Amino acid sequence: MRRPGRDNAQSQKAITRRGLIIAGAQALFMGGLALRMRYMQVDQADEFRLLADENRISIRLLPPARGRIFDRNGEVVAENVPSYRITIVPEEAGDLDDVIARLARLVELDPEELERAQRDLKQARGDTAVTVADRVSWDDISRVAVNTPALPGVAPEVGLSRRYPHRGDYAHIVGYVGPFADRDRERLDAPEQLLRIPRFQVGKFGIEAAHENQLRGKAGTKRVEVNVRGHVMRELERQEGQPGTDVQLTLDSGLQSYVTARLSGESAAATVMDCETGDIVACVSSPSFDPNLFVRGISVPDYRELLENKYRPLPNKAVQGIYPPGSTFKMVTVLAALEAGTVDPEETVYCPGHLEVAGRRFHCWKRAGHGNVDLHRSLRESCDVYYYELALRTGIENISAMAKRLGLGVKHDLPLTSVAAGLAPTKDWKRRVRGAEWVIGDSVNAAIGQGDVLASPLQLAVMTARLATGRSVTPRVIKSIDGVESPTGHGDDMGLNENNLRRIRQAMYAVSNNRRGTAYGSRIIEDAFRMAGKTGTSQVRSAVVDNNSVPWEERDHALFVNYAPFDAPKYAVSVVVEHGGGGSKAAAPIARDITLQALYGEDPPLAAYPSKDRGRIRSQQEELRRVRTRPDGDGSDRA
Amino acid sequence: MSYLEYTVKTTPTGLRKVLYLNWPLAILLTAVASVGFLMLYSVSGGSFSPWAEPQMKRYALGFAVMFIVGLVPIWFWRNMAGVAYGLSVLLLLVVEFFGTSAGGSQRWIDLGFMRLQPSELMKISLVLFLAAYYDWLPLKKKSHPLWVLIPVLIILLPAGLVFAQPDLGTALLLIFAGATMMFFAGVHWAYFAVVISMGVGLVVAVFQSRGTSWQILKNYQYDRLDIFLDPSSDPLDTGYHITQSKIALGSGGWTGKGFMQGTQSRLNFLPEKHTDFIFTTLAEEFGFVGGFSLLLLYALILLFCISTALANRDRFSSLMTLGIATTFFLFFAVNMSMVMGMAPVVGVPLPLVSYGGSAMLILMLGFGFVQSAHIHKPR
Repeated sequence: MRRPGRDNAQSQKAITRRGLIIAGAQALFMGGLALRMRYMQVDQADEFRLLADENRISIRLLPPARGRIFDRNGEVVAENVPSYRITIVPEEAGDLDDVIARLARLVELDPEELERAQRDLKQARGDTAVTVADRVSWDDISRVAVNTPALPGVAPEVGLSRRYPHRGDYAHIVGYVGPFADRDRERLDAPEQLLRIPRFQVGKFGIEAAHENQLRGKAGTKRVEVNVRGHVMRELERQEGQPGTDVQLTLDSGLQSYVTARLSGESAAATVMDCETGDIVACVSSPSFDPNLFVRGISVPDYRELLENKYRPLPNKAVQGIYPPGSTFKMVTVLAALEAGTVDPEETVYCPGHLEVAGRRFHCWKRAGHGNVDLHRSLRESCDVYYYELALRTGIENISAMAKRLGLGVKHDLPLTSVAAGLAPTKDWKRRVRGAEWVIGDSVNAAIGQGDVLASPLQLAVMTARLATGRSVTPRVIKSIDGVESPTGHGDDMGLNENNLRRIRQAMYAVSNNRRGTAYGSRIIEDAFRMAGKTGTSQVRSAVVDNNSVPWEERDHALFVNYAPFDAPKYAVSVVVEHGGGGSKAAAPIARDITLQALYGEDPPLAAYPSKDRGRIRSQQEELRRVRTRPDGDGSDRA
Repeated sequence: MSYLEYTVKTTPTGLRKVLYLNWPLAILLTAVASVGFLMLYSVSGGSFSPWAEPQMKRYALGFAVMFIVGLVPIWFWRNMAGVAYGLSVLLLLVVEFFGTSAGGSQRWIDLGFMRLQPSELMKISLVLFLAAYYDWLPLKKKSHPLWVLIPVLIILLPAGLVFAQPDLGTALLLIFAGATMMFFAGVHWAYFAVVISMGVGLVVAVFQSRGTSWQILKNYQYDRLDIFLDPSSDPLDTGYHITQSKIALGSGGWTGKGFMQGTQSRLNFLPEKHTDFIFTTLAEEFGFVGGFSLLLLYALILLFCISTALANRDRFSSLMTLGIATTFFLFFAVNMSMVMGMAPVVGVPLPLVSYGGSAMLILMLGFGFVQSAHIHKPR
């Protein structure tokens, strides 16, 4: 063992000196570390604590439960049901295809939805949950829940989704909700944050869209602790939101579903209005569609089918559809003439089947002519020449003004989509819009509801109600919001001469009760419920040809308006059957059936019908009972 | 009295050596390791698995290694220094040429029960070998250029191999530890002054030339340097880690959020929370009080090592103990600076606390040498 020994002391001195220098340096450095630690943990602690909280605390929105919609009797028309969906967080799933394949073995995945989900999964940030299956059954959800260990990143979730138990019955009135899209942005004054909830549902059509602000409610918030992947570890604080306001409609589900069934197979619209309150108790556009399809986003083939259907199921024909009112406009013309004093009720006009005006020949629908026609007969038998004469005497301005007083050519303020104003033409209107002078032929055409005159089924019902009551009855579809009754549309007396109105009403009574009336075939036998009405047939093409020999698109529109009971008007009804042919044949029977259904509140007894029709009516009632929509699920849920 | 007589008479033998063990040092080491167990228990959410339990077993093994190594006479270890150095270089060469795997750089050799990192082993071997070299070198030759060049080569050979792995952090640690050893041994001031001023000059030149016509490095190299020096400038990866680490540490405050209540670590905002960033969890959950206490424990370990080194009249023992202490210091100083955002992110664990087998065992081996020097010091 080698021992240097002699220079040991010298060596030790050197080592000690340098060892102390390094030890000192180390001590200094540790002091620095301690100071830095103190600076960060004491002086800057609050700042870092804030940052740590920002990291861990995430404020999540609690989507409010959307307000429900009820019919006038408290039956549920739009409700929220728990819906289960399956989500995947791509980051946690690892091998996505493998996980999806395993999931597909447990639950049936819709191929279209899966395709969309896979697109979303590719685009989404790794920590965002993507929905792969929506509206999954409870059984499927439990199967997934049990198997979560084998399905990394897959989570079953529960939420609320909109459901319309009456399916197509209310599609055009109540409308539907759908996932928020950018194009909804300008329409809604929504708090931005709510709309950031993925697939947040907003009203897209009908009352769902118009009353969006009341129905939506206010979002609640919860403060949750999240981990670095954004997964919620626990809830720290919860502030419940405010559910949306419930809305009650004036519509009656029983009648609404009857009317829907009665119109099925036609491209048609009907409106039933309460003459007392202005309540729209039924308002149907046919054919309809199932609004539930739109709730989670309608599939492309389904939507294409709706778009390409020549009967146009999507628009609400009852308020959006405007048609030449045809002969149903004759009450307007005659009332304008009576009020202006340009015709005496007893006065007769000779109808040779046509009238020469300004070198042009205007035909009556009855080529052979009606002979001498007074007011009563002109309405009952719908003589056109009588009204040509009235138009020449009264002038378009008077007629147009009367049309507006009766609710035509004005936009009724209803919370529905695309309520049409229709058109009651004036000379000024033609100059402004068409850039041409009004000619006398225009007045002649307008007098029988042809030419420029346009009205929606809703407006025709309003017109009929106003004729029946003499009051300016206004339509309403919302009975109450949050239990607060909306003002009724009872309306004030219009100041019309009661004698003139009575003349017109009697003539309308004759239309469906006099053997020579155009709607005699659709009369009501029950004395208490006798109805007064008016047929209309509006031309779609110019040449007069037999309806059965032309394609559907070129046939005449069939119209009928009526009110009942005659003595104490309760309901005003309008029916428009697009390209249905003649009003007496296509529209009047429908209107009669609807009227009886509304008055009885159920299937009317056969005794109310003319005896020779009863057999046919019975089988029709049975058939309609079979096809009428029964609300899905538990329809007994009352407000 | 000859040295031989002296040793025979007073150096403890047999089991009596146990009494002469540096017990305060052993207790301090155990205390620091216990802090580690506690934190590993916490970061796994209040569970001994997967980290706390294996760590305890390894510490037990490490303690045994220290104990056994400590009982072996120090001259034996001095004679083994060359073998250890040679073996370490050999292992570095093995991982360099045969250890590559598909994943890129592989720095370890799988021994079955543990993964041995030759670069870790080299930290101790280098200290041992340099101490032996200066013990052998006559004092008057220590500042002769030739005898200065040899230890420089001894240092640069393994440093170069480690750098090639690539592991810049460990390579710099080796160079720094080696240079400190040379400083302890008494190599002339001037060498250090020259090297330091040249280094400073180079760094200044590199940064001064940026954007001028005589720019030394390429632009992308400067970008890398920027991120290396200031990780928070890179919002992803290391920058994100450092930011989260600082948030965790700072939000601990005076007394911390409480045991197992550290939100940053519990919610996984902290990266590598059981290894390189474990100090952050300590500072988050026990605040300044906890962090400072650990720093104090480290300081005490250094104090005991340095005091026994300076009291030891055996040149090899002194140098070796100072070297181990310095290596130990470099470990925790770099790690703490890193998690506080004061130093670049290099993969240096917190000694005795971070989860990891080979680092702990090798460190305990080093403390074994310190114990051996302490027990067998000339009396």
